[in-house]
Amino acid sequence: MSQHTHTQGLVELCHVSRSFGQVKALSNVTLTIRRGECLGLIGHNGAGKSTLMNILAGTLALDEGDMTFAGQPLGQDYAVNQARALGVRCVFQELSLCPNLSVLENTHIACPEIRGWQWRKQAAAQMTSSLDQIFPGHGIKPQHIVADLSIGQRQMVEIARAFTAVDRPVELVILDEPTSSLDARVAQQLLSFVRRFVEGGGSLVLISHILDEMLSSCDRIAVMQDGHVVEVRQATDYTRDSLVEAMGHAASPTHTQSDVRSNESSVADPTASESMTSGASNAPLRVHQASGPAAHTPVIEARQGQIIGLAGLAGHGQSAFLNKVLMSRQGAGQVAFVAGDRQTEGIFPLWSIAENMAITSLKGLSQYGLIERQKVMAMANQWQHEMGIRTPSVQNPMGSLSGGNQQKVLFARALGASADLILMDDPMRGVDVGTKREVYERIQAEAAKGRTFIWYTTEFEELSYCDHIYVFRDGQAVEGFPLSELSEARVLSSSFEEDVVC
Amino acid sequence: MLSQRSILSSSSSSSSASASAATSSSTSPPTSLVGSPEWRAHIPRLLRTLLPAFSLTLLLLAIFVMQPRAMSYFGLNLMLNLAVPIALATIAQMMVIAINDLDLSLGAFISFVACVAATWLNTHPVAGALALLACVGIYALLGALIHLRQLPAIVVTLGMSFVWSGAAILLLPSPGGSAPDWLRTLVSIKTPWVPLAIVASVVLALLVHLLMVRSTLGVRLRGAGGNAQAVAKSGVSLFKARVTLYAFAGVFGVLAGLCLVGLTTSADAGIAMRYTLLSIAGVILGGGEFVGGRIAPIGAVLGALTLVLAGSLLSFIHIAPDWQIGAQGAILIIVLALRTLANRIGARS
Repeated sequence: MSQHTHTQGLVELCHVSRSFGQVKALSNVTLTIRRGECLGLIGHNGAGKSTLMNILAGTLALDEGDMTFAGQPLGQDYAVNQARALGVRCVFQELSLCPNLSVLENTHIACPEIRGWQWRKQAAAQMTSSLDQIFPGHGIKPQHIVADLSIGQRQMVEIARAFTAVDRPVELVILDEPTSSLDARVAQQLLSFVRRFVEGGGSLVLISHILDEMLSSCDRIAVMQDGHVVEVRQATDYTRDSLVEAMGHAASPTHTQSDVRSNESSVADPTASESMTSGASNAPLRVHQASGPAAHTPVIEARQGQIIGLAGLAGHGQSAFLNKVLMSRQGAGQVAFVAGDRQTEGIFPLWSIAENMAITSLKGLSQYGLIERQKVMAMANQWQHEMGIRTPSVQNPMGSLSGGNQQKVLFARALGASADLILMDDPMRGVDVGTKREVYERIQAEAAKGRTFIWYTTEFEELSYCDHIYVFRDGQAVEGFPLSELSEARVLSSSFEEDVVC
Repeated sequence: MLSQRSILSSSSSSSSASASAATSSSTSPPTSLVGSPEWRAHIPRLLRTLLPAFSLTLLLLAIFVMQPRAMSYFGLNLMLNLAVPIALATIAQMMVIAINDLDLSLGAFISFVACVAATWLNTHPVAGALALLACVGIYALLGALIHLRQLPAIVVTLGMSFVWSGAAILLLPSPGGSAPDWLRTLVSIKTPWVPLAIVASVVLALLVHLLMVRSTLGVRLRGAGGNAQAVAKSGVSLFKARVTLYAFAGVFGVLAGLCLVGLTTSADAGIAMRYTLLSIAGVILGGGEFVGGRIAPIGAVLGALTLVLAGSLLSFIHIAPDWQIGAQGAILIIVLALRTLANRIGARS
């Protein structure tokens, strides 16, 4: 690359915004990706990293703002095919290979330029050279069916596929958590290739939760928070601690802080006394984690009447942990589950609200195997009143409710059951603020009555309602501390990997 | 072992990074990532691929042992007489299964095509040909409807099966009609050495294999069944994929109907009703799966032949026709059990 293009922006985003319904995923983002640089993108859950990369890749359209590529403005119709034509490639976090196809066939899906009579030979050659270049000693044949490959090998294929240039050079590659399922040696191969690629004049956007990876591989790092880019600096200006700090300066730190304080007094005190008395008579739920660096993985412990918070980046094993607890306790019938992903694991959209509420308590509501309608209606009406579910009648179908009210029904379902342990899988996703407040109060009241809650949440503020917090990383709780020690910096620094342990 | 620092400074990093990569790959054991020998990972796939051919061979051997006279040009011709239309129907079904749908109207559709061929195509060739083309168009439209409205294909095609049946009865209220002469001669060509049914099956299997497995179009179509989101993110139109596959299903359905009426020389409105289930069974017997875009054209044709020969075998061992459908079902279950066994072996190794 010649000298003057080196400093010029390859892609410039100017005041870009994107919303999903009420939620503003990106607001007013201005960012430049230069030629020949590796730009790091870092931030906590929901900071807008994925939205930003989807916009760059053309899989999401932007609502407002402008985007230019090599000085040329990109129109409203910028989409995947144009992105491909410009040499923009993207490796998404969720694996996007077709498991039923072979490696070389998957190459064609992403690189339709490979065609003609010899396309198989061509795709195989491209893929092999790309894999050899990035991951020497990879042991993957282009004829292998993807379903037969290990998860790490699949990720290698996907990364190598993004770097195969057919007609025109690859200008910009976006890697979202590329090392998440690679072992240390292979991850290192990738990172050194990243540097070689960038020095050859290519541009790269790297998203990773491993801080040292970011610090060593990136030229600049952009820190995102709540849909904003809050800081862009040279990677050499950052240290591990200053990066965590930059991510943690929430938009309204005073508000968060006061939230913690106010709840400390209202929640922690009554439950603390409760757990003292009941803890002796009622053994706490203890979950030993199966494996891992045994020295510092805490035992997750939930006493009666406690609210246990599970924190950490999304998809680091919190839901799997809840599932494990659910499965192990299900036989006793003493556990209830509140789904966060309402549509797929929560509601029966065509059933009535009453039926949706009663489904886990049917044993108590039936006689001789037949459901007693009066009892169901009585329960439904009682909980409609208690939770403040806004509907003219509980006989209406579940689908007629708004998202927030559907979530209240799911809470009523769990609280109405006789369970004394209630698991919550990030239940406040896409719920409005008013509903949240009502539900928080309810949870605290129920905990004061002696019910135990295990609450996975992706929102930091919700942790301030918990008595004890465990931070998850790579499928395990890596740290646990009481509410009094809760700080955003602590959650962040445990969520992001300290170092690659060999 | 890991040198994070080496890639931090940008000027010298290229050489040092590649040097560190070289040392790390030379110090680590030189095994491939697969861990076990190359061929072992492919045993289950190999078993699965060979299973349709294996079951067909077994069936043929059983028939030849029971009835040595079947091992002749004439015998094979007689047994496989109706194999080609069933193989074509199986391929049509396979096109729909490739995108995770199921076509429950195929039997009724082929019956309708047979009725068109035995009436209009004979008396007004141009109108008949146009009607058949329109049939393919309707299939493509069905694909578009299912995709755009996100309807379950099973429901749509179940509804269509009544439409096709009704239309067939309107066209040919009582069995009759007659196939065009050219069609009759075409399907009764005497090929040298091996009967036409076998030649046609081989050609069909190879052509569809080229189309669906070897070509780039086939890769995109199967990819749409394998991971629709990923394919869409790569810029492939799922709408086009589904419409194309349904249109292909229509084409092969029409061919099946034509072939059938050429062989039987006349038609009736319910002539191919059992083809719906036979075609599904053929695809599954051949190694295809209901979801995931896993289809095998050669296997599907072998599966269809297996189903046809199973009928012959059952007659040879004097099982009453009443029991034959049940026995065919039993064969299907046995083959599926064998496949599960092959998968288990794969999971263990």
